Amino acid sequence: MSGGALLRIEGLEKRFGGLRASDGLDLDVLPGELHALIGPNGAGKSTAIGQITGEIPPDAGRILFEGEDITRLPPARRVRRGLSRSFQIVQLLDDETAEANAALAVQAAQGHSFRFWRDATRDEGLRAPARALLRRAGLPDARHRVLAADLAAGERKQVELALALAASPRLLLLDEPMAGLGASESRAMTETLRGLKGQVAILLVEHDMEAVFALADRISVLVYGRVIATGTAAEVRANAEVRAAYLTEEEGV
Amino acid sequence: MRDRLLLGLALLLAIALPWLAEAAGSPATVSLATRMAIYAIAAASLNLVLGYGGLVSFGHAAYFGLGGYAVGILYAHWRSEELLLGLIPGSIGLLPTLGAAMLLGGASAAVLGALSLRTRGVQFIMITLAFAQMLFFLFVSLKAYGGDDGLSIRRRGEFPGLDLRAPAQLYWLCLGLLVGWLLLLWRVTRSRFGQVLAGARQSERRMAALGVSVYPYRLVAFVISGMGTALAGGLMANALRFVSPDMMHWAKSGELMIMVILGGLGTLLGPVLGAIALVGLENWLSAWTEHWQFILGPILLAVVLFGRGGLMALLRRVLPA
Repeated sequence: MSGGALLRIEGLEKRFGGLRASDGLDLDVLPGELHALIGPNGAGKSTAIGQITGEIPPDAGRILFEGEDITRLPPARRVRRGLSRSFQIVQLLDDETAEANAALAVQAAQGHSFRFWRDATRDEGLRAPARALLRRAGLPDARHRVLAADLAAGERKQVELALALAASPRLLLLDEPMAGLGASESRAMTETLRGLKGQVAILLVEHDMEAVFALADRISVLVYGRVIATGTAAEVRANAEVRAAYLTEEEGV
Repeated sequence: MRDRLLLGLALLLAIALPWLAEAAGSPATVSLATRMAIYAIAAASLNLVLGYGGLVSFGHAAYFGLGGYAVGILYAHWRSEELLLGLIPGSIGLLPTLGAAMLLGGASAAVLGALSLRTRGVQFIMITLAFAQMLFFLFVSLKAYGGDDGLSIRRRGEFPGLDLRAPAQLYWLCLGLLVGWLLLLWRVTRSRFGQVLAGARQSERRMAALGVSVYPYRLVAFVISGMGTALAGGLMANALRFVSPDMMHWAKSGELMIMVILGGLGTLLGPVLGAIALVGLENWLSAWTEHWQFILGPILLAVVLFGRGGLMALLRRVLPA
């Protein structure tokens, strides 16, 4: 793989007791590509995400972002470097409106928040970009002033995406953005992601194969903590090892 | 608009209280209201970390007591004309003593906060409690400053143009500081800093995903809170003309927490209502029976159980926004 990778993962190892959740995991994400990471249940996807975002320290191996070693960097500092993520189980500030959630994300992207006097809740410098982010993520204006806790599952996923976009990341790590969505919500999210494609590199971890095959430039297949195949949708579909891994899961590729 | 009108009315009433008390022939009401105002400053300060920040500090009596002792110790050295630690002259000036109280409260909150904010949940509650109890026992053993018996302060702080021997003037001072402190907290909670603090309460993980490490923000909130609580302690030393380790006892930390929760967590005026209610109940019930806590308990329970959000929420039900 070329040296120009945006994110490069080399020989990542993580054991939980006897379980090897990451077992020599290698992965490259190129600038501007939408790279999907798929794999049957228990393949180690969550562990891989945890290590890329910094919530789980690896036992061995390296993670390089834009050529720099970020293996030991705490989660917040990775985000400030341009590696943003969304959560599979939506993490919003439930006491606040969608707009306030996004405004806080805009505020965080603008630098430190040791400002004690000016009213941030009425600061158009935060609110206007916040609304733009929510629109970009597909949330209609009429829903911006609704409390995050009162939004529908699909809308919460949209806010989640908006928050991840606030930092103007160079890599967006999306952890199952379709999980828990109905068919039409899923299609809407697919279209939103298609719109983002090319503007920012995306590492998409997803169970929804229809979405993955519709969106991904390249797909990596994770099985037992290592990538067994990487390639275009057609290449991956034709791969015998991949077919075997998925057939044992009784989940058609 | 109506809320502002009501608030202005309440403030006018509070300002006029000494005259009303005199007209009603109960001058003791002024000193009761002074204590309410002082506890309201402490409770509002605790509310910044407990209500807005979601940090259950069970050791805020430590800052209350330190503020009181700052005033008491400076008085003792002023009286004996000996330098404190061979360096600092004593004082009975209002500005230097209350300033020293806030400085001491802020500095100790910085140290204790820096250590305890590395823990979470029950551990955090226990470590803040433990630090406060350590300070309590330190002052119990400090015989130079009265130890167990505490320290009498014969003279209240002096400030040109003020005569704090007059109960009404002391009351107005405390009321003025309470209003000023509430205005400051109001700005702080609505500022960018306040947004991060409230975000950290709701989801630390979300804040990290936004690129924000919450620790330094929580620490600064802790310091602001410690300073306000110590200011209240310094005022209490002036009001009672006495300080003792009881000011830092864990029961006092509990009382401050009760005021905040009773009044309404994370609301600007909740702690004020909580302080008025608790100090008031204590006063009236204890005049009635010495087993007043027996009655206070069920009342607290009722408010917490049936008035989710405390007195502030009950008030909102009467006066919808």
